Amino acid sequence: MTREALLNTAIMALLAAVPIIAHFTGNPFTITLATKVAILAMAAVGLNIVLGLGGLVSFGHAVFFGIGGYSMGILAHHAQLFIPIMEAPFLIDGTKSMPIIWLVAVITSALVALVIGALAIRTSGVYFIMITLAFGQMFYYFAISWPAYGGEDGLPIYVRNSFPGLNTLDPIQFFAITYVALGAALFLSARLARSRFGLALGATRQNAERVETVGVDAYRLRLVAFVISGAITGFAGALFADLNRFVAPTMFSWQMSGEFIVFIILGGIGRLFGPVVGAGLFILLEHFLGGVSDYWLIYVGAILLAVVLFARGGLIGALAGREVAHD
Amino acid sequence: MTDPILRTKGLTKSFGALKACNDVSLDLFPGEIHALIGPNGAGKSTLIKQIAGNMAPDSGEVWFDGSDVTHLDTVGRARRGLGRTFQISSLAMEYTVLQNVVLGALGRDGGVMRFFKPVMKDKRLLEEAHAALDRVGLTEQAATRTADLSHGQRRQLEVAVALTLKPKAFLMDEPMAGLGVEGSRNLTGFLDTLRHEAPILLVEHDMDAVFALADRISVLVYGEIIATGTGDEIRANRDVRTAYLGEEDVA
Repeated sequence: MTREALLNTAIMALLAAVPIIAHFTGNPFTITLATKVAILAMAAVGLNIVLGLGGLVSFGHAVFFGIGGYSMGILAHHAQLFIPIMEAPFLIDGTKSMPIIWLVAVITSALVALVIGALAIRTSGVYFIMITLAFGQMFYYFAISWPAYGGEDGLPIYVRNSFPGLNTLDPIQFFAITYVALGAALFLSARLARSRFGLALGATRQNAERVETVGVDAYRLRLVAFVISGAITGFAGALFADLNRFVAPTMFSWQMSGEFIVFIILGGIGRLFGPVVGAGLFILLEHFLGGVSDYWLIYVGAILLAVVLFARGGLIGALAGREVAHD
Repeated sequence: MTDPILRTKGLTKSFGALKACNDVSLDLFPGEIHALIGPNGAGKSTLIKQIAGNMAPDSGEVWFDGSDVTHLDTVGRARRGLGRTFQISSLAMEYTVLQNVVLGALGRDGGVMRFFKPVMKDKRLLEEAHAALDRVGLTEQAATRTADLSHGQRRQLEVAVALTLKPKAFLMDEPMAGLGVEGSRNLTGFLDTLRHEAPILLVEHDMDAVFALADRISVLVYGEIIATGTGDEIRANRDVRTAYLGEEDVA
């Protein structure tokens, strides 16, 4: 086992241990914090595929997070009011079932990622950042100005959605769902990085000309990566909405996109567990420093600066050393 | 007579008032090395880019392996079997040497949309990759990070990646650039054998290598081909002597 694999195992174990201990000591708030870490980490794991592996700095991943959130919100809203989403040409009812909501969230965010990606990936560098940001803002203002689903006020969902065989209202059981989802996203992302696709995508980050010279279309690789990435972040968005039992336009905001990027930089760009460590640290700081000062983000800024200047591989890089080229 | 693998017909490209490429027609036949020489600024890079598909000509055509590829991009031409090496090494620097050649083998294989199986355990790709490394003499460096290679080794790796593509023709832009005397001699020997596998259009500044290798030489000056012929013919050509080689170079 490499040092990084050991570290990753320890992180995963810690993320499970904290809420389990909290469960037995009767501390549900800590479980909620751990759940939040798992969900936000998953969103950033999705982003890390395009940002870390593909080298595309998407400043609009909140779009997919929000799409996931509103997929949950809209479906559950209709279910709790017993109003069908549409009646003609065929009947579509709302639902409170998590698996169906996740499926809708994943498919919708993948489709939106396909459209945004098809346009944005034609550009690169700063233009790519700007165009993804612009899409993010478009969705944000659209959500604000669409009164049917709460507009600016957001959309409350009164009872958490259901999962067959589990009581999702029990914090530790809901945590288990998000933990497994995060684990699955990490597993997929690890396999993807080592696959044929991953090798070629990683090469486009380093040298797109090289990839095209061996007859592989870099645009297609990036677009497919963007779709996979958006789908994972969308899934996380649906879970996040279920955690809060509330959906609001802020899920689409550029601050949200920025936070995902911050998680990745803190943890280590392109490192499998970078987003997990980054999200964990961010939530811890928010929790502890947020109590000390309203301006706690200043400290996050200082830490971010230190990481960028002194630990280019992020926390994972600082603890596990430079990335080993695989195999 | 056999058909050429690669042929350009009247390629013309202007940048404003400057004609970087003026009615260039050249061809590459199976089994030969056709060298393209010319002083700096003669338009060699512009020509190479048009042949490889990086740049669209204002007029003229590029034919490859019996079909018109003028409107294909780099990817399309690479897929048809045009193996290119760059003047300045163009490699994935963070990857190992082996990963770079596996990428080449993957490009040739085509099945890049596979997301689950580890590529570095794919026996067939690894076999092809190792074979290519073996041929250029980089077997021992397989696990080295590409950024840690010497300049000469990067040149070798560049050729190895082109080999994994099993191309129908090679387009090599100054493969000897920056190589020492010995490296240059080794590569010359290697290219000499390679021509029987696929013909090579060779852009090169190293005149010893050009005259040792080329079956035919074309001389490009101010975007125009002023002469094409065997080494001896080019040496004897008066226009070439004044325009390019310089009297003192001609032995």
